[in-house]
Amino acid sequence: MKPKAFILAALIALAALPAHAQWADQVDTIFAQSTGWFVNLIFATLPTAGIIGVDLPWIVGWLVAGATVFTIYFGFIQFRAFGHALQLVRGKYSDPRDAGEVSHFQALATALSGTVGLGNIAGVAVAVSIGGAGATFWMILAGLLGMASKFTECTLGVKYRNEYPDGTVSGGPMYYLKKGFAERGLPLGGFMAVMFSIFCVLGSLGGGNMFQANQAASQVQSVLGIPTWITGLVLSVIVFAVIVGGIKSIARVTEKVVPFMGIGYFLTGLVILFANFDMIGWAFGEILRGAFTDSGIVGGFIGAIIQGFRRAAFSNEAGIGSAAIAHSAVRTKEPITEGFVSLLEPFIDTVLICTMTALVIIITGQLLVDAETGRYLLDDAGRIATAGGTAPGVPLTSAAFGSAFGWAPYALSLAVFLFAFSTMITWSYYGMKSWTYMFGEGKNREMVFKVIFCVFVFIGAVSSLGAVIDFSDAALFAMAIVNIIGLYFLMPIVKKELNSYLARLKSGEIKAYK
Amino acid sequence: MEKIVVAYDGSEAGQRAVAHAVAHAEGGAAQLILAHVLEWSPYSFLSAEELAERHKRREQELSRARDAVVAPVLRDLKARGIEVEAEIRYGHVAETLVDIAKDTGADSIVVGRTGATGITARLFGSVAGTLAQIAPVPLTIVP
Repeated sequence: MKPKAFILAALIALAALPAHAQWADQVDTIFAQSTGWFVNLIFATLPTAGIIGVDLPWIVGWLVAGATVFTIYFGFIQFRAFGHALQLVRGKYSDPRDAGEVSHFQALATALSGTVGLGNIAGVAVAVSIGGAGATFWMILAGLLGMASKFTECTLGVKYRNEYPDGTVSGGPMYYLKKGFAERGLPLGGFMAVMFSIFCVLGSLGGGNMFQANQAASQVQSVLGIPTWITGLVLSVIVFAVIVGGIKSIARVTEKVVPFMGIGYFLTGLVILFANFDMIGWAFGEILRGAFTDSGIVGGFIGAIIQGFRRAAFSNEAGIGSAAIAHSAVRTKEPITEGFVSLLEPFIDTVLICTMTALVIIITGQLLVDAETGRYLLDDAGRIATAGGTAPGVPLTSAAFGSAFGWAPYALSLAVFLFAFSTMITWSYYGMKSWTYMFGEGKNREMVFKVIFCVFVFIGAVSSLGAVIDFSDAALFAMAIVNIIGLYFLMPIVKKELNSYLARLKSGEIKAYK
Repeated sequence: MEKIVVAYDGSEAGQRAVAHAVAHAEGGAAQLILAHVLEWSPYSFLSAEELAERHKRREQELSRARDAVVAPVLRDLKARGIEVEAEIRYGHVAETLVDIAKDTGADSIVVGRTGATGITARLFGSVAGTLAQIAPVPLTIVP
């Protein structure tokens, strides 16, 4: 179908819809019912209440364990290689003869545009509204540890990518699981690759799509009063125009605007912090206090750990495997250099931007505290009560920024819309790569996925946050299950690459060009 | 023998530059380096799909530059008995021309004037204007 015909059909459908749409609730109910079993499986808890006072979702333990293992196995590579990573991004080691190929900076920027988004704005708000200020500490720690996971997966992504005769490349966990396992003589690589692909398709429809559409629609509704189904329809049509209609100009403009939005968001947060610089010490005190003591939230400080790690993983995608798909396009003789560059991602995404969001929410006093006991006040749902009763997610961040600058909620609406859009475009690519890995390349097969993707944009926009966020997390974490198992088996290969590279860097065999 | 880098982008301004350089090089007085730079920044933003296709696109861009832009001029100059070689590179145009001049040990650079004035020139600068500031060897701007 031509984009024009689609837009026309969409407009006709729009005119026929009743203003007060009960069907939105029905969509939500059906969605929640049909995905419930999957969510329950992923978030099944370990019976640890007797030991630590709360049942720990096993998946959170899984992510922490993975990131910790990679950090130790590679000898705190995220700190050792940090400076070298910056030099690589600046092109210090890039051969001038390779000019015109994908640079380290470009791969990093594209992968970041897929991760910096609503996880940083809405996810953090969810984390602190359930886990309190203390969740921030665990989020930062998860970000730092996650750098090692990202390093491992992106190195493998480049090493085992497929290069086709026409010069295009395909890479990602499905390729390193299959080829890497075969190389080490391990069984089940092909099976794991397909499992990953299935979860990646679900993840691209969940966190990479529905969650984004949902939060964009709810922000637009709360600031501009436009019903969610209209935003959903508009987003759906634009996404359709880009990924099906091939209107690249829209994607190109977004790719150029989004990085500046990110910088603008960070700087605005910084200004708010400077304006309240006398409270920064207090805010960090709150973060540390909440991280290790019971500040009144559900589950005590273990609850803060769970929220911090869960939202950090959702935001920076370390260990999930998605970034390996974007990074694998870089043309380099040394796969390990792409690993170095990618470890900057969780740092920028989580340690810098997520922390900024959390600090602004805490400092502007959005979370209500009982003045007498110093403990958080909880609402009926077990969330921390917020100033003005703001809903968790984007509205909370919006209220926090809005309390300092009246214009902030409007700017944030635009940012949310663009972040959501760029994340969707990037994830539609991740999802399609997995789809074609399973079903083979071909116009018709790709079209099926693209149409499904656009339908889910709409479903995401009209569903309730709870159902969407649970499914989105579940799908992303399912990717992490398969991916991290793979990383455990393949990490010796990365270690070999690392040692060889560092030795040659030291001996001067790898030389700087600038 | 004198070596002259002449910037050629296929435009009318580029043709003027070549004509000027040829006038100097005729009769074996100088050797020409026909430089064609494809505008490129490693700090631009690409979508995931563009990343995956970049190598393929680069090959296409290079072969188009070689066959459609540079080759006809090269053939013509050689037919007129001028000693000339071509250099095709990616990068910031003015900076890359400087690099080419340094790498080949050229004695001068010749560029055409594009005639951009006002806002456009202020916002984006011009190749000739930038070269006037950074050229390591004498520069001729052909009007």
